[in-house]
Amino acid sequence: MSKINFLKPDKENLNTFLYLGSFLFVISVIDVFLNSFFSLNITGFLPSSLSFIIPIILGFIGLHFIRIEHSGYKFLDQVNKNINTNNFNAVLSLLIIFIIIKATPPILSWFLVDASFAGDSKDVCSGTGACWTYIKVWFRRFMYGMYPNAEQWRINLSFIALALLGSVGYFATEKFKKYLTLYYVVIYPFIAFLFIFFFISGGPVFFDFSYGIIAAVISIIIGFFIPGRFKFYYFIFVPITLYIALKYFIFYEELIELGKLDGLNWVETGAWGGLSLTFIISFFCLIFCFPIGMAFALGRRSDFPLIRYISIGFIEFWRGVPLITVLFMSAVMFPMFLPEDFFIDKLVRAIIAISLFEAAYVAEVIRGGLQALPRGQYEAAKSLGMGYWKMHIFVILPQALKLVIPGIANTFLALVKDTPLIFVVGLLEIVGMLNLAKTNPEWLGFAMEGYVFAAIIFWIICYAMSKYSYNLEQKYKTER
Amino acid sequence: MDLKLQKIIPQLITVLVVVLVFGFFTYNAQINMENRGIDFGYGFLSQESSFDVQFSLIEYDGSHSYFRAYLVGLLNTILVSVIGIIFATILGVIVGVARLSPNYLINQFAAFYVEFFRNIPLLLQIFFWYFAALRALPLPQDADAMLGVFFLTIKGLYVPAFIWENLNIFLYSIIAAIIAIVVIRIHARKVQETQGKQLPVFWISVGLIFILPLLSFLIGGVSLSFEIPKLKQLATTSFIYEGGLSLPPELIALTLSLALYTATFIAECVRAGIQGVGKGQKEAAASIGLNPNQVLKLVVMPQALRIIIPPTTNQYLNLTKNSSLAAAIAYPDLVLVFAGTALMQTGKAIEIVSITMLTYLSLSISISILMNWYNKKIAIKEK
Repeated sequence: MSKINFLKPDKENLNTFLYLGSFLFVISVIDVFLNSFFSLNITGFLPSSLSFIIPIILGFIGLHFIRIEHSGYKFLDQVNKNINTNNFNAVLSLLIIFIIIKATPPILSWFLVDASFAGDSKDVCSGTGACWTYIKVWFRRFMYGMYPNAEQWRINLSFIALALLGSVGYFATEKFKKYLTLYYVVIYPFIAFLFIFFFISGGPVFFDFSYGIIAAVISIIIGFFIPGRFKFYYFIFVPITLYIALKYFIFYEELIELGKLDGLNWVETGAWGGLSLTFIISFFCLIFCFPIGMAFALGRRSDFPLIRYISIGFIEFWRGVPLITVLFMSAVMFPMFLPEDFFIDKLVRAIIAISLFEAAYVAEVIRGGLQALPRGQYEAAKSLGMGYWKMHIFVILPQALKLVIPGIANTFLALVKDTPLIFVVGLLEIVGMLNLAKTNPEWLGFAMEGYVFAAIIFWIICYAMSKYSYNLEQKYKTER
Repeated sequence: MDLKLQKIIPQLITVLVVVLVFGFFTYNAQINMENRGIDFGYGFLSQESSFDVQFSLIEYDGSHSYFRAYLVGLLNTILVSVIGIIFATILGVIVGVARLSPNYLINQFAAFYVEFFRNIPLLLQIFFWYFAALRALPLPQDADAMLGVFFLTIKGLYVPAFIWENLNIFLYSIIAAIIAIVVIRIHARKVQETQGKQLPVFWISVGLIFILPLLSFLIGGVSLSFEIPKLKQLATTSFIYEGGLSLPPELIALTLSLALYTATFIAECVRAGIQGVGKGQKEAAASIGLNPNQVLKLVVMPQALRIIIPPTTNQYLNLTKNSSLAAAIAYPDLVLVFAGTALMQTGKAIEIVSITMLTYLSLSISISILMNWYNKKIAIKEK
């Protein structure tokens, strides 16, 4: 056994240092642990300021002792490499460990231990913890806004149906894969629109909804027998024609009158709200802002100067103003620009405003992708005799869009996070409903619970989206 | 002829559509305003506003004009943005560097912070701080002093006010120090280029920036005293602090949430910038004999900043635009004062919304012009 130098731990006295260091470190952690979980102060006999910093000092010395390179113990080397490279890092690691230990009991007790879950009135919430009863009682309002309770199955059914229809892409066989783009770009939004407009909104127009479905189903079935080169035109024109034919010629109104069912009750958009409204708005803005943004991205790179300047003006205008003023505009200024007897629903106005706003951001992202493509791609496509549209649809855009998946995902994330702003036009999605519930005289003082609840929901949605986009990015990464 | 036509027709159609849409809107606006008896014009800006704003940097009350109300709102927006930008930058740089730390706990902590705060809508965060967190603060009479002079209460943060005498001399001394530093830097570069010697520029600069203002205190007759806020009873249960500066809770909630939210994005920019400098650069710099400090200062930072600054400016711009969310918690910024109260009173929707949008627009366009100029200046000049 060689001489021990406490300032320089070395391998010679490995065991001495290891035991001493781990002992000190464990003592310091136990001290903080007991202090925060059982409010026991084992160093209470010391002066208060000393007893406060003693865990840090002990832990620091302990970590200093076990900082031995190439000790031969795999675990020790891992620890040293990850949290204990030098004195500064050791202090930071200790602080983080202590903060976590300190913060756990109050958070746990607020969230779970002292929280109240049972009951359905404010009286059960007398403890110091969170009052989840509040969330439970208001749950329907937070999810569906002012939508009548008896009709909420319509929202549920629509969302389930749309989710199922949306997941078609996963089950499509090789043969149908080539139609997926068409499906997602044209047919699916159309069906979704029909669902939202006729099913959730309800009213006498309910029959139109069934026509839309019938038209879509019939045209898809016939679509399989149409030769490939006409398919594009077919799917653009035939479903609309079928729909019009069904509505005005085959089942014209007098015919319906004979056997008219009681249509679904009409629910005005002012009553929509809560999380479902967040989804509806995000969904539609997402669908609309993408093609608009793509058009302006192409416009900004167009050879025609006039089109280019108009696109630049559009993009820079929307990117330069905050969304809240855009919504202000849609609320107070836009109605002035329309003919007097012409009325646009405020939900639709909000969706238009947000879509145009986000489209400018999408346009800039896509332009980035277009610029990143090497010139050779354009030249190769042109040398094959492709025209502008053919070149962009088959060569340029597929590559450019692949490049900008992360950027587009970020824009969509920003869109979802921007939806609460619609409170400006008087629509109340989940955050707006929280603010409404907060002011209810029977439930005063539970603002915290509401915001935490909404934060968790938004966090899950946004985090899932960002992880999904990351996966997408990995999947479409092609070697270039 | 065919080719020319092909070029002209799409442009003509686009322009026609744009003109038609705008014409349609203007036509309708004219008819609507005629019907409602509103006349278009910006004359209202000089009229008396007759509403009050609870927090203003310049003197303002109801007898001032609408234009002054606009200035009050604009200044409040700029105040929030500047404070937010300062805090977001400090926090963002720390978190961004922490994400690259070899210490597992630290980089996980930083990653957690980034993932947590950027996935929650900003408006929700503002509401959380304003309606939930800051409401849990003590009443003015129960508040404990922090460091003896700060009072954080439910009615806002009270800090001591600085009372300067001969403030201008103090400012001159700072300007003189800055000019001296610039001169010394230029001189030091010349010395290095001609003689290869390095002067201790950093320490000289630090010395100058401290010593010159200190001299102004000793010789120039500058003096500084503090006015500490004092508790004052308004009624039996109503207390307030008097003296000192008071920051309203709206301002605190807004800057706090803006800084915490934007810092996550700045952190990502910083991380990407530092990671973007190739390992070879550092190794090459070390191999020509630069010490670690010089490697950081002369090789890594200039290259990293080139990657960091453009997206970070974008984030500053976003922060400024996001500060308009102030309207949701009644902080009197441009949107609330002008596009809110003033619009309600005058009913001049088109004029006021257009002025508000133009203000933000000119702010962002001027910053992006500045940015493009800067980008061009620092871009690597390839042969």
